[in-house]
Amino acid sequence: MIDLFYASVIVLILTIFLCLYRVVIGPGVENRLIAVNTIGTTTIIILVLIGLIYGRPIFLDIAIVYAMINFIATLAVARYLKEGCIC
Amino acid sequence: MHLLNTLASIFIIVGLFFMVVGAIGLLRLPDLYTRVHATGKCDTMGEGMMLFGFILYEGVSLLTMKMLLLVLFIFITSPTAVHAIMNAAHTCGTEPWEKGDERR
Repeated sequence: MIDLFYASVIVLILTIFLCLYRVVIGPGVENRLIAVNTIGTTTIIILVLIGLIYGRPIFLDIAIVYAMINFIATLAVARYLKEGCIC
Repeated sequence: MHLLNTLASIFIIVGLFFMVVGAIGLLRLPDLYTRVHATGKCDTMGEGMMLFGFILYEGVSLLTMKMLLLVLFIFITSPTAVHAIMNAAHTCGTEPWEKGDERR
């Protein structure tokens, strides 16, 4: 089971590199925003996996906080694009 | 116990497949809206399936409740974030891709 966890971490890191191509190349702000959102959700899974592999449950709390920050950052940037201000 | 581990492995592998398909869709599809379609669905589904596999692997504990909370939170917030991005792009005037257009 631990081997499967290690393999999952490696595959997810390769996925992050695939998304990073869209962040660097992608035309316009929206494409980059989608790619950053995808990278954030992948990072949450990697944090949970690190917590499971090394037996440290504190990483799960970090994953929850990271999910909230990712959501709020995406909403803030989307609102800024739509209306021109965050207020 | 053995059956639960096998079930957890199947869930994790299927979730991993969904995540990889979402990333490939983000690279390959021609337009903003199609990319949103690929990543929004595949990320929510893959993440939920992988976390459900971890829940089956761990058994009942405080850790499992936190993971369940994470699954619920992501099932609510991930489509909302994607919808916000797409609404912003639609308001800014991004035209949808049609057959025969150039890839963007």
